[in-house]
Amino acid sequence: MTGSTGGPGLWNATVMTKVMLAVAIVLSAFPLYWMLVIASRTNDDAVEVPPPFLPGGNLGDNIQAVLANEDAHFMTGLINSFTVATVVTVSVVLISTLAGFSFSRLHFRGRRLLLLTILLTMMVPLQQMGVVPLYRLMVDLGWTGTLTAVILPYLLNGFGVFLMTQYTEQAVPNELVEAARVDGASTMRIWWSVVLPAVRPGMAVLGINTFMLLWNDYMWPMIVLTPDNPTVQIAIQALNERFSTNYVLIFAGTALSIIPLIIVFIAFGRQIVGGIMEGAVKA
Amino acid sequence: MSLHLEKAPLRVAAPPPQGNGRRWRSVLDIRAMPYVLISPYFVLFAFFGLFPLAFTLWYSLYDYDLAGTTEWAGLGNYVQLLADDDFWNAVVNTVGIFLLATIPQLLLALLLANALNKRLRLRLTIRMSVLLPLVTSVVAVAVVFTQLYARDWGLVNWVLSWFGVDPINWRAERLPSWLAIATMVDWRWTGYNAIIFLAGMQTIPRDLYEAASIDGASRRRQFWQITLPMLRPTLIFVVLNSTIGGLTLFAEPTTFYNGNVDGGSQGQFQTVAMFIVKQGFREFDYGYAAAAAWLLFLLILLGALINFLFVRRIGGTR
Repeated sequence: MTGSTGGPGLWNATVMTKVMLAVAIVLSAFPLYWMLVIASRTNDDAVEVPPPFLPGGNLGDNIQAVLANEDAHFMTGLINSFTVATVVTVSVVLISTLAGFSFSRLHFRGRRLLLLTILLTMMVPLQQMGVVPLYRLMVDLGWTGTLTAVILPYLLNGFGVFLMTQYTEQAVPNELVEAARVDGASTMRIWWSVVLPAVRPGMAVLGINTFMLLWNDYMWPMIVLTPDNPTVQIAIQALNERFSTNYVLIFAGTALSIIPLIIVFIAFGRQIVGGIMEGAVKA
Repeated sequence: MSLHLEKAPLRVAAPPPQGNGRRWRSVLDIRAMPYVLISPYFVLFAFFGLFPLAFTLWYSLYDYDLAGTTEWAGLGNYVQLLADDDFWNAVVNTVGIFLLATIPQLLLALLLANALNKRLRLRLTIRMSVLLPLVTSVVAVAVVFTQLYARDWGLVNWVLSWFGVDPINWRAERLPSWLAIATMVDWRWTGYNAIIFLAGMQTIPRDLYEAASIDGASRRRQFWQITLPMLRPTLIFVVLNSTIGGLTLFAEPTTFYNGNVDGGSQGQFQTVAMFIVKQGFREFDYGYAAAAAWLLFLLILLGALINFLFVRRIGGTR
């Protein structure tokens, strides 16, 4: 924060500003807090008027009930989501870092055109657009119901390539690449020892984004998976369908599904905020 | 993807002479490696980008039925869709929810960003707090909000009852269900968009404001005449994102009806994405679903175009 020299208090927060921010924070946090309240109550409490506002003592029991429920396959869902998100995240970060290096620091014919292709296709919602042929492809390959079917379409991530191209351009000076080249380093060697160490923060941002995207994804797993081998979102939805009046069970499952994300968020909050802001200005 | 190795110009200083084999390898390295490094992306693009798009078009020209027979339909699916009341219902719902969600969301996000741009303590904590909804899964959000909007014991109806409003059956009627879904979308995305606007605002030189305030321009005037026009690139990004996200809305309305893609008893909140899934994966009419997917794409292009023209007006003339 630099001190402003202009009109007095141009950048000072007024009372109105502070009230507004307070309201925004309460509204952001309330549904999550309330999720915990219901998840720690009983079904009778959940339908009370006025609704309960303080947590009860049944969180442990309810979570156990979700995990023990054989129809819900909740544990399978958690493990599957973790597997899918991890495999896709590692692959996307690797693919994007390689491509980003090539697009930003190597010279080749068609570079601009190919990059433009990526930018344009980023705008196409492939997940919704191509859902029929993708599904038929998975049927023909016999992969419906498997995690492979969920993972494969997500390996394509134009945003990742774009982000890493931008990031490499900024983080790796051209002179450094040229100098390594004059020293006789091969392209892969330059990638490994010059580029990778410099773009690690960018990789972290992309990795966190991708993980969250996959963890939260819903439509494609719903189409391609079966209820007995779900991702966590599908497992919650199955609870929602089959036990639609067992609110505490659904809420306990829901709470369980966002705990990993909240942990990631708290651990990497600074990078996430920074990453979103940086990405926004460059895009 | 094609590799034009022989045409690639050698723009980098020649490698040090170290024997023939080594030099040959090194030339190959410089010419071929750029393509090798981008090839994984383009191989994936061919399989999971180009292939689905092309085949969606192909499928849309055929009639499928449950027995598995396939028949050439030409543009029949499209003609049928354009006369299908259910399809138009889904289009109206999608656009309605989109407008109801996006307009207040962008205004709130702008206000919030303006507030976040002031001199504040606990900056990171505040920014993280408004981003908290983003890391919550969509299904979780929808589950919680569905409970909040329950007719008989929901928190929203309880609060409304203080003002003498009779219990609203949020799920049963069109406009209330749209509103409920719009709030789910807004809860999740307003903070995120505010952070993006904030990033844009921070690139605006502060002397502009200081000069304006010396000239006696009010804060409101500064917002309209400096902030908004300078924010145009960010605005385009946010609006485009919201358009694509809003017109492909699926998880919130689906969860609002316990995971059913019908979108309510009368389809009052069935979106186009839900319509596609229903036609393709409940009725197994792949051709019809594929045709609807292409019409959805056209709708997105149209939406992007309208927004683009609108945003251009906002900043361009001032």
